[in-house]
Amino acid sequence: MSGLIQLKAVDVRFGPVTALTDVDLGVGTGERLALIGANGSGKSTLLRVLHGLVKPAAGSVLRDSATRQAMLFQRPYMLHTSVLHNVALPLWINGSRWKQAKEQARLALGRVGLGEAALRNARALSGGQQQRLALARAWSLEPHVLFLDEPTSSLDPHGKREVEALLAEFARGGMTLVFASHNLGQVKRLATRVVYLEQGRVLADLPVQEFFNGSRLVETSMEADLFVKGEMA
Amino acid sequence: MNTFSDSAVTALALLAGFDPMLLSIVGRSLGVSGAACALSCALGLPLGAWLGVARFRGRGALLTLLNTLLALPSVVVGLIVYLLLSRSGPLGFLGWLFSFKAMVIAQTVLVLPVAAALTRQTVEDVDRAHGEQLQSMGAGPVLRSLLLALDERYALLTVVIASFGRAIAEVGAVMIVGGNIDGFTRVMTTAIALETSKGDLPLALALGIVLLGVVLALNALIALVRRWRMVAIDQPLLLETAPS
Repeated sequence: MSGLIQLKAVDVRFGPVTALTDVDLGVGTGERLALIGANGSGKSTLLRVLHGLVKPAAGSVLRDSATRQAMLFQRPYMLHTSVLHNVALPLWINGSRWKQAKEQARLALGRVGLGEAALRNARALSGGQQQRLALARAWSLEPHVLFLDEPTSSLDPHGKREVEALLAEFARGGMTLVFASHNLGQVKRLATRVVYLEQGRVLADLPVQEFFNGSRLVETSMEADLFVKGEMA
Repeated sequence: MNTFSDSAVTALALLAGFDPMLLSIVGRSLGVSGAACALSCALGLPLGAWLGVARFRGRGALLTLLNTLLALPSVVVGLIVYLLLSRSGPLGFLGWLFSFKAMVIAQTVLVLPVAAALTRQTVEDVDRAHGEQLQSMGAGPVLRSLLLALDERYALLTVVIASFGRAIAEVGAVMIVGGNIDGFTRVMTTAIALETSKGDLPLALALGIVLLGVVLALNALIALVRRWRMVAIDQPLLLETAPS
């Protein structure tokens, strides 16, 4: 598995607050990496560092310059325009001609089942539809790596299933996924590897089967084991 | 009847009779303030949007200065523009003092900080909440500021209307640089000041009623825009033909 992104001894600080401390983490091609931990543990910050939105105060981020990336946020921002234009815009920003961007956007919307909603105002869509629209927006950029910050946390069970099905489909197509989640069931279903964070530090980094195998997790991190037991209880 | 009611009746008669002098003053006022508003918004909206997104050394000081300029007294603006445009001033060669153009410039200087500061606040708020999502799509600061300003167009329409309101209601700057010349640079506010000092209260009151009417119409417009915005969110956008 070749490395797409490599963090070495990364520290991130926001003023007096330390968000990440001495983080070493590699993301390999085709991986489905789940970041878990309590609120404030540094999951979202780590995603932003990996995506390049936050610069570390110390350490290094090595990234293949040819790697295309996209990110899906917990509450995706919809521009006050049509669904179609919301998908076409990032394509245009990244160099496509507007007409070509709209054609690619239609394909992407069809892929997530929103073809019929292309001319609707994006802000009039339901939460689940907006998240699928955000997925179409990300997928249309043909990223090698897709970062997702709690992509289903604000969705109802039906919306969750729809988004998870699309993510599984993307992963089958070879896309690398890195996602933060509080939902351990979702982590089991989607991830191949799990990273546990606590107070900005990586305390466990294991393949998904080993992570949910109690004895292996206890050997690695007592804190992670307690967290999993607490969440599963 | 007392003076006020007499004046009010005469003022209404002037309005109902479309008094030519009244109409020319009102037309000139709308023209000067409309042009000043257009110029200040053309400059202030992009500047404010950029300031809302850009981060650079000295930004805090610049924002403090911009916010201070919100309270700029109109007579001070009038004085500065007067000095610039007077025969011995650096722009004296233009020969614009006591002209329509001079009044437009003075009001533009007065209103520009309003347009820029209110736009900056609007765009900065939305950038803090969602800017990183546009950044994640590849939009740099300039494109991000334009996209956010475009996306907040209904809020910025309120900025435009507020700018026009500030321009049309001011008296000091246009009085100094326009000179309140009858039939040439006399606008509603300067005419009200003059007619009141002369004791011609009906004309002053009629102009006051029109000025209030314009302000009322602006507020009604803001309310309509807000309502239209709420309704528009759930309407289909027929921007082009349906996808095949």
